Amino acid sequence: MKRKRNPKLWYALLILPFVGTLWVPFYDSVEPRLGGIPYFYWYQFGWIGIGAAITAVVYFATREPDA
Amino acid sequence: MNQVDVVALVVFALLFALVTALGFVASRWRKADLDQLHEWGLGGRRFGTLVTWFLLGGDLYTAYTFVAVPALVYGAGALGFFALPYTVITYPFVFVVMPRMWSVSHKHGYITAADFVRGRFDSGALALAVAVTGILATMPYIALQLVGMQVVLGAMGIQGDLPLVIAFLVLAAYTYQSGLRAPALIAVVKDAIIYVTVIAAVVVIPAKLGGYGKVFAAVPPQKLILAPQQFTAYASLALGSALALFLYPHSMTGVLAASGRGVIRRNTAMLPAYSFLLGAIALLGYMALASRVDAAPQYAAGFSRYGTNFAVPALFLDVFPSWFAGFSFAAIAIGALVPAAIMSIAAANLFTRNVYKEFVRPACTPREESTVAKLASLVVKLGALAFIVFFPQKYAIQLQLLGGVWILQTLPAIVLGLYTRRLHRWALLAGWATGMGVGTWMAAMQGFKGSVYPLHLGSTILPGYAALYALIVNLGVAGLGSVALGAANVDAGKDATSPADYGE
Repeated sequence: MKRKRNPKLWYALLILPFVGTLWVPFYDSVEPRLGGIPYFYWYQFGWIGIGAAITAVVYFATREPDA
Repeated sequence: MNQVDVVALVVFALLFALVTALGFVASRWRKADLDQLHEWGLGGRRFGTLVTWFLLGGDLYTAYTFVAVPALVYGAGALGFFALPYTVITYPFVFVVMPRMWSVSHKHGYITAADFVRGRFDSGALALAVAVTGILATMPYIALQLVGMQVVLGAMGIQGDLPLVIAFLVLAAYTYQSGLRAPALIAVVKDAIIYVTVIAAVVVIPAKLGGYGKVFAAVPPQKLILAPQQFTAYASLALGSALALFLYPHSMTGVLAASGRGVIRRNTAMLPAYSFLLGAIALLGYMALASRVDAAPQYAAGFSRYGTNFAVPALFLDVFPSWFAGFSFAAIAIGALVPAAIMSIAAANLFTRNVYKEFVRPACTPREESTVAKLASLVVKLGALAFIVFFPQKYAIQLQLLGGVWILQTLPAIVLGLYTRRLHRWALLAGWATGMGVGTWMAAMQGFKGSVYPLHLGSTILPGYAALYALIVNLGVAGLGSVALGAANVDAGKDATSPADYGE
């Protein structure tokens, strides 16, 4: 049997960027640095990319007929 | 500083002339009857994925953002970086919520968020509250675009208000003529030169300063990361701002001008490209620290006149050749025009639909509607101009801060309204009024200097964004009020929309 899940479940992935960026203790540190840039900064830059990727995944997974 | 930089000024003037021409030509782009409000004020709802990307990017990342965010990072350090998580989380939120807004507005011909509230809750009063909040929050925002322009003009040695007045009159003229088409077309040019400027800045400047390691080494250690007592302020500023961003009338206008739901959904995955830009711009604040422009005598006058807002222009003057400094200043100044145009159009749409047509002339013709909106856009811009010319800049900054607190109070009616009809119109109105009052009071307690309020919970202090605290009170009143009014059988009005209208 093929799985028939509710496609709306994909939307749950969108919670991840909120958790990753709003819980400050995850990233409030200078080390490890990346190319001289403290963790605090490159971690949050990283979430821009991850956030966009997650949105793209949810977009394709929940593609609408006329969109 | 007192010397006029001729080369920079020529490059600046050429680019400015180019976008002015585009602004007027725009009225013939995708030609239609601009005497219809949805054509003048929403570009006929025909903007595809790419145009919408430029339009929203040009709209949300404003000249003031480009000056104020690095200025905040320059002055306050890590705390100023909340702009980054803010733009990370706003798009997933928009991805879920705004396609519903687009669908119901497309179906019913809504041009403003207040139009939707009017239809959904059958209340002109609630719609008026939403519209007035939008206009109030937008006006100082337009004024601040002028501040951004003032700073770069000053950096090129241009003093006085006259150039600013001329630039704004030109803007007013083509906005009047072309409506939303003008900023949409100009946004393409603006964003192109902004990307070039920022990419050049983040490559060239650190190289000159000896690498990113050196840049961060110039930041005082206590400002480099957050202190634990700043955590709640940081996170709540990011969350509150993210939720508020698309409640602003100018963002809503960008959303409703899209040609379909898919355009909005795709854009939420594409707009983060601008977030990279914003983050890079924020780092310019540290680069300004590392390059010690504040200590250079030739910039002392600029810093004393414009404060930390002068940090980035001084940095550009310091490291770039004149012609490229002029190019980058044009990026910032044109970056002021696009959002100022969209904001004035959005405010004009609100006034026309939710004040004039609702309360003054319910029977007005489409042509009259469009004429009123064009005139309103002029009044809004002239008002902002007068504000900057006649009042101290700090009032505009304080009002813009308050505007953020106020606009979030429209979230229950607009965003929750997209999902549920259970909230009662009078309870929403009461919640809005309470939220406005509480938020304003909290900001007043900080002397209107900041919007972080130290909430006392027993013996612990929880510093947080006043807008978010006010929203919690707002939601409480709206929720409890709805239960009470429901129990008392008070007429909840007729919902003009049906579940199928929301497109999912």
